[in-house]
Amino acid sequence: MSDAEAAIDERIKETSGLRRALIRPELGAIVGTIAVFAFFIIFAGDSGMFNAQGILNWSTVSAQFMIIAVGACMLMIAGEFDLSVGSMIGFAGMSIALISVTLQWPVWVAILLTFAICIAIGALNGIIVVRTGLPSFIVTLAFLFILRGFTIFFPQLIERRTIIGGISDVAVGDWLAPVFGGKILGGLFVWLADLGLVDVFERGTRAGGPVVDGIPMLIIWALALVAVAHVLLTRTRFGNWVFAAGGDAQAALYVGVPVNRVKILMFMFTAFCACVFATCQVMEFGSAGADRGLLKEFEAIIAVVIGGALLTGGYGSVIGAALGALIFGVVQQGLFFAGVESSLFRVFLGVILLFAVILNTYIRRIITGER
Amino acid sequence: MSSFDHNPIVAMQGIEKHFGPVIALNGVSFDVRPGECHCLLGDNGAGKSTFIKTMSGVHKPTRGEILFEGKRMDFASPRDAMEAGIATVYQDLAMIPLMSVTRNFWMGREPVRRVGPFNFIDFNHANDVTMEEMRKMGINLRSPDQAVGTLSGGERQTVAIARAVHFGAKVLILDEPTSALGVRQTANVLSTIDKVRKTGIGIVFITHNVRHAMAVGDRFTVLNRGKTLGTAQSGQITPEELQDLMAGGQEMVELEGSLCGTV
Repeated sequence: MSDAEAAIDERIKETSGLRRALIRPELGAIVGTIAVFAFFIIFAGDSGMFNAQGILNWSTVSAQFMIIAVGACMLMIAGEFDLSVGSMIGFAGMSIALISVTLQWPVWVAILLTFAICIAIGALNGIIVVRTGLPSFIVTLAFLFILRGFTIFFPQLIERRTIIGGISDVAVGDWLAPVFGGKILGGLFVWLADLGLVDVFERGTRAGGPVVDGIPMLIIWALALVAVAHVLLTRTRFGNWVFAAGGDAQAALYVGVPVNRVKILMFMFTAFCACVFATCQVMEFGSAGADRGLLKEFEAIIAVVIGGALLTGGYGSVIGAALGALIFGVVQQGLFFAGVESSLFRVFLGVILLFAVILNTYIRRIITGER
Repeated sequence: MSSFDHNPIVAMQGIEKHFGPVIALNGVSFDVRPGECHCLLGDNGAGKSTFIKTMSGVHKPTRGEILFEGKRMDFASPRDAMEAGIATVYQDLAMIPLMSVTRNFWMGREPVRRVGPFNFIDFNHANDVTMEEMRKMGINLRSPDQAVGTLSGGERQTVAIARAVHFGAKVLILDEPTSALGVRQTANVLSTIDKVRKTGIGIVFITHNVRHAMAVGDRFTVLNRGKTLGTAQSGQITPEELQDLMAGGQEMVELEGSLCGTV
């Protein structure tokens, strides 16, 4: 290709491989992940944070963040926000509890019905946003209050309290409940314990059993959602439409991308993720509380922004968001292991959010060649 | 002119468009033949934008008819017009800067490869075609992954034009493609127009710059206050006459006098 070589613009500097590697959405999150792990290995390495139990502990917390971050990430890339995620988590959990415990319907019916209701509310969010052209910030802020209000109102009206327990009892023998609240690979940990790689309980009812008795389905859901969303976003036609819808809706419309459908579907996906989170939580705790999920929408958005997504849409990465969630989980639990006051976690959130946004703005300038 | 041997691809006859009490277009007739560049000139507010939006299916005409290859057409949406073979490249809305050239090029028509039950974008094919089409237009991309935001304004227009040509446009409507560009970039876009015309595609070139129009136009139609003031062929009209027609004549002569004839 000699003609190609001749045509290379002499004013464009050779970009180094390093610089090109820097220009990717996940960069900040990758650096952050390494830094956070290095920090806690140094300061909390001998506190039990990195033995089997400790790893399971922060992995579970990270997985929770991850599930809602995946939904928020896809939606943000499509150019919209959902501030009702936290309220949706409370609402979904309460819905499962009321249907299964109060109405005495089978748990699997409660779960499926709740998913249907939540996804329908997600669709409603999306339809209102695309039909009215209002910012999704305002529309979903309204739903933040509407859903939270109902979550407190219904259990008080029906049961005269705001925490409903007893879900573990009605879930016994249900076929769908273990998909959210169960654990898998229990045999693997028994085997690892036999090899001496995992500690065993020395006393109590479970003496002799491994301290980690399986991987919670919560973690499996998180990893599966990340994998599916990543492939969908980067490898498929629909993923290209998600980028296009958030990058410039008008330009996308002109070439025939069904922008409104894409956005509504992403609102539904976010609601689905919130519902997965809620179901796992309810199955784990055996109860639903009206205050569950408070502030989760902001934690999801922060994880997504740390992961390199732009608040303005059209750019971001699911892997980045997942790493952002991992950073959250590790820091939140790591501060506990390191014996640091846990309220400092919020300080950390604010500081890292600020750094992430500044870094993202810089990266975007490089990508788009703005000066 | 060889293009006059052909019948028009698109003929717009007596188009009127009313927005409530406002008459934006009041009887505009215009046609494009294969392989010609037909320039549509007019000052701001003359009705150029409304007219091309009617042609590309965004607006439905209040009166008048659109003939596409001799047959009467009613475009219900831009998608309909696009499928018939009318592609429009809008000045600012052609590309999404944060997305790669390949992703922009194929946006809405991504090529897919089936793997089991799933369809994935065939990026190898998409990248190869994008590089090849851009090379034909005289642009050597560093990489098909580079974001459109790193390209110059002229190059972005060229990607949009290459995209339209690749997807089989018979008529290409260019909405002021040169108005925001520098001298060198303008020359590149004009030469792209020339290349595309030679492949037999009919081009509608909207501009208010007479010199850009003269450089590539085969015919010139001037729009003023929602009406066509007439169509002239290349060589039958001088730039000064075009300029006068666009501005509505008299006042311009006085203005030009005070500006020493440089406008």
